[in-house]
Amino acid sequence: MRDFSYLRASSADEARQAALQAGSVLLAGGTTLLDLAKCGVMEPETVIDITHLSGLGGITVDAGGATIGALAKMGEVADHAGIRAAFPAVSESLSLAASAQLRNMATIGGNLLQRTRCSYFREPDVFPACHKRNPGSGCSALGGVTRNHAVLGTSDACIASYPGDLAVALVAFDAVVEVGGRTVSVDDFFLLPGNTPERETVLERGEMITAVTVPASAAAKNSTYLKVRDRQSYEFAAASAAVGLEFEADGKTVRDIRVALGGVATKPWRARNVEQALVGKVLSPETVEAASRLAMEGAVSHGANHYKIELAPRVVARAILKVGGLA
Amino acid sequence: MTRTIHLSLDINGRRYDLDVEPRVTLLDALREHLALTGTKKGCDQGQCGACTCHVDGSRVLSCLTLAAQVEGRQITTIEGIAAENGELHPVQAAFVEHDAFQCGYCTPGQIMSAVACIREGHAGSDEEIREYMSGNLCRCGAYNSIVAAVREAAEMA
Repeated sequence: MRDFSYLRASSADEARQAALQAGSVLLAGGTTLLDLAKCGVMEPETVIDITHLSGLGGITVDAGGATIGALAKMGEVADHAGIRAAFPAVSESLSLAASAQLRNMATIGGNLLQRTRCSYFREPDVFPACHKRNPGSGCSALGGVTRNHAVLGTSDACIASYPGDLAVALVAFDAVVEVGGRTVSVDDFFLLPGNTPERETVLERGEMITAVTVPASAAAKNSTYLKVRDRQSYEFAAASAAVGLEFEADGKTVRDIRVALGGVATKPWRARNVEQALVGKVLSPETVEAASRLAMEGAVSHGANHYKIELAPRVVARAILKVGGLA
Repeated sequence: MTRTIHLSLDINGRRYDLDVEPRVTLLDALREHLALTGTKKGCDQGQCGACTCHVDGSRVLSCLTLAAQVEGRQITTIEGIAAENGELHPVQAAFVEHDAFQCGYCTPGQIMSAVACIREGHAGSDEEIREYMSGNLCRCGAYNSIVAAVREAAEMA
């Protein structure tokens, strides 16, 4: 890890001001920044510690929804009674992520900004070519071992998958990221790689996430996060689904449904085509299975990740059947 | 260019003063600067849990924590959990009783994690213990005895 200078910010304004400098980076939980600094992927000149700022870690839940401060810890949000009651998928996405230690460290703002686990991205000494790390240098993953790479939202420049769980639950329920004076929907916050995979979010230099808000809904209240992975705990998703469902008064016709996927796409992936196929329909295993297949519309595999195209719709279907009371 | 910063850390109820480069992690500060070598360096990348310590009572990975970040916080390491008269912490005693280790390298991290796991209320069943202890890897595979030790310590707590 290259050396850097350390600044402990005493206010959010001071942190933003300091972050305007090229080479400066904000330090919250540190679980991504220090990891990637050790890998040689991130080489900050100045680290701006925002963990001592007060007023950015609150969690409030009321009838309108939840507001989660950017410095709230993953573990605190996962265990928050109000979040568990009104947004089970959000709570589950957090408690199924990382380990207890990492959840005590990593913040909600930092969690959104976690970087891909693409092994080529993470090893600059061995794999110099990476458009995300070094635009224009190539992509070592294309033609490489792609078992954990994305099948949705990829481009010729980058097939790295977005590794997070929380953002998948957030995008399903129309959550909004507060960035100082402006707000951006989680869906718009994350960018597709296109020809600029180095640009992962709409955050500009000197901007800082201050909070995430999630509107309350009946679908969010009846929701789940299903995560399938290579080992039972402490592992990234091979495929995951955040699903929420509201029935009409008859208890079987879909009024509102939300579906988002993780582990298979270059950004948190809202599957609106699956939702549209089910709204107004009577929920049955057959309709759910057929609709879930639509989630893979446009999917492209790169060899070893082909299994995700089969796996992801099954994960979606299982999650829908669960919240629909059919499994 | 070497820049050092002066830090004053509160570790196991004692104050330690040290001058370190800003990049020095809490783990390296403990082991290389303060001779508190009970905390182990396994992967040094946040994947194995061997370096688990408590900061303000919650378990964290000291390899992904800057020493500079935790100034003003209360840090507890494996050296700080036994009683002053040397009597083992109940979790330490349970690990001895259940032979919950082979080589012992992951053990300080396992014990620090288990103490917090029990305090958090996440040690109610073997299944829950396995889930909430999953951040601590044991390459010898002593998991069954570790679960038994945590369960017994939780029942006595």
